[in-house]
Amino acid sequence: MPDQAVSLRGLRKSFGPVEAVAGVDLDVADGEFFAMLGPSGSGKTTVLRMIAGFESPTAGTVELGGRDVTRLAPFERDVNTVFQDYALFPHMSVLDNVEYGLRVKKVPRAERRERALAALRSVRLEGFEKRRPAQLSGGQRQRVALARALVNRPRVLLLDEPLGALDLKLREEMQVELKAIQREVGITFLFVTHDQEEALTMSDRIAVFNQGRIEQVGTPAEVYERPATAFVASFVGTSNLISGEAARTVLGREGTFSVRPEKLRVVLGQEETGPDEHEAAGTVREVVYAGPATRFVVDLDAGGRLIALQQNLQASSMDVTGLRGARVRLVWHRRHEFPIDAPAEPVIAG
Amino acid sequence: MTTTTTAAPAGVRRRAASFLHRHSGVRLSLLLSAPLAWLGLAYLGALAALFVTAFWSTDVFTGDVVRVFTWANFTDLVTGEVYRTVALRSLGVAAAVTLIDLVVAFPMAFAMAKLASPRAQRWLVIAVLTPLWASYLVKAYAWRVMLSSDGVLGWGYGLTATVVTLSYLWLPYMILPIYAGLERLPNSLLDAAGDLGARGWRTFRTVVWPLTFPAAVAGSIFTFSLSLGDYITVKIVGGKTQLIGNVVYDNIGAANNLPFAAAVATVPVVIMLVYLAAVRRTGALESL
Ligand SMILES: Nc1ncnc2c1ncn2[C@@H]1O[C@H](COP(=O)(O)OP(=O)(O)OP(=O)(O)O)[C@@H](O)[C@H]1O
Ligand SMILES: [Mg+2]
Repeated sequence: MPDQAVSLRGLRKSFGPVEAVAGVDLDVADGEFFAMLGPSGSGKTTVLRMIAGFESPTAGTVELGGRDVTRLAPFERDVNTVFQDYALFPHMSVLDNVEYGLRVKKVPRAERRERALAALRSVRLEGFEKRRPAQLSGGQRQRVALARALVNRPRVLLLDEPLGALDLKLREEMQVELKAIQREVGITFLFVTHDQEEALTMSDRIAVFNQGRIEQVGTPAEVYERPATAFVASFVGTSNLISGEAARTVLGREGTFSVRPEKLRVVLGQEETGPDEHEAAGTVREVVYAGPATRFVVDLDAGGRLIALQQNLQASSMDVTGLRGARVRLVWHRRHEFPIDAPAEPVIAG
Repeated sequence: MTTTTTAAPAGVRRRAASFLHRHSGVRLSLLLSAPLAWLGLAYLGALAALFVTAFWSTDVFTGDVVRVFTWANFTDLVTGEVYRTVALRSLGVAAAVTLIDLVVAFPMAFAMAKLASPRAQRWLVIAVLTPLWASYLVKAYAWRVMLSSDGVLGWGYGLTATVVTLSYLWLPYMILPIYAGLERLPNSLLDAAGDLGARGWRTFRTVVWPLTFPAAVAGSIFTFSLSLGDYITVKIVGGKTQLIGNVVYDNIGAANNLPFAAAVATVPVVIMLVYLAAVRRTGALESL
């Protein structure tokens, strides 16, 4: 096995009676852009803080590049953090902020200046050196925070919802930019988000957190197309589960299965279905027209409810909204249905 | 212009209200007029009276105040060796008290603001405030008992005893502003410094201290001016030590020389003005 940038083993953290992190095992490879995705309170920040060294684990170990750092202080670890509130030093100029880490490490003045300016250039902030953080916009502050961390060339960069405070448009710009910067510097990025779209578009791999545990680790395609648990199916994308009676009738199998809404075809007439396709009859309960696509909420005759997303290639809003109450068949290829663990809580050995 | 009375028609009242809303400057000055008048009359007025009195003299035989302008009091003050020594000693005491309070208060305030649990924090604030509810005299006499040669500390009375007692008395006035300043300092800044490789001392020097300096200055203004003006503590634990306050007090009482007392009393005022001007240059007052 090649050296991992980050390895967590049986990591736990309790705050009094609250178990914020309840046994996490995770390996992040060198140079990966890795996302920790999960709802509020699922323990993402706590895991990140234990990797940075701000919090010491109740149990378990943290390894960076194969070296056990569990008991080391933050200043002894080769990681840097981009904080959610950026945590820029308000009494220092942008340049002094970026130079801070180098000054602490006693990098000679000329080299320090050169590296800081290069870091500011890489986040497109040349010309802002003399400003104070208060004189910057949110997006600019975010980039100063990034430059301040990157200039130290850490082995791993930790980012706690780095784009959370930005508006939608700026966030989308920064997503592209962050990804480009990571490719350029080749540093491992480990970033926390509760925005599933952000995680899917930016990361090489994703770990989905729920209640202090990891439910699934995989590439965006794996996590999205083949959610391992009911929680992942519902948290990443829209949950479409077929279970119980419906599974027996429609699929002829026991268990719970997931199908993504855009994989379903809404069929009105007597269209033939292929040999590898499954179909389920039902009644359209709700039609939501959303510009480029339409969402159909269909109550199945066999019990349960599925959501189908159809591109509006031909249809207009008039056509589709008239379908409320219509009898339809939902058709999908069987390779798009995946069995899912029963919704019971998965147990990870700690 | 006046604000509306209750008898005024609703329209007038509404118009006045909207006028005040639009002209926030007028609103502010109306709101501030009472406290400003109080400050102007009671405080600045008294200060002016003090200053004027300082240029009068007393009749040697009758002891009555002679209301004729003279520099005599100030010439005495500047040329008198005793007074210069007393003024310098007072300055030294105030500076020492401020320094001691700063050194003691900072770690205490830091522990309160950054290390204690929210529950412990509340109790610690109360613990710091409680001595302020006790009478000044009770606290000073408590120290007198402790310092007396057969007391717990047994250091005896004098300059050191005065400095120690004053440091104790004014400590809360240093802790509270610094505590408030540290409360405003986001924890993430401390984390960020550590994250960038700084150890405790460096984090303190480059992040904590610059950002809480204005709070420390605010505290020092209290400890410094309270120490400069004190005359009771010196009387209780100072032994033979004389400070500016005693000179003022003795001239009002025993010597019955009100103009000279006034002249002496301007000394701490001038020292404080110089101190404030010096502090202002550091820019600390802007962020108070
Ligand atoms: N210092 C603390 N003291 C007590 N409880 C804490 C502390 N920090 C976190 N917790 C608790 O631990 C749990 C996990 O918190 P954490 O901040 O890791 O969640 P998160 O996944 O980052 O959530 P969010 O998306 O809202 O930031 C929460 O229930 C939180 O209340
Ligand atoms: Mg968080």
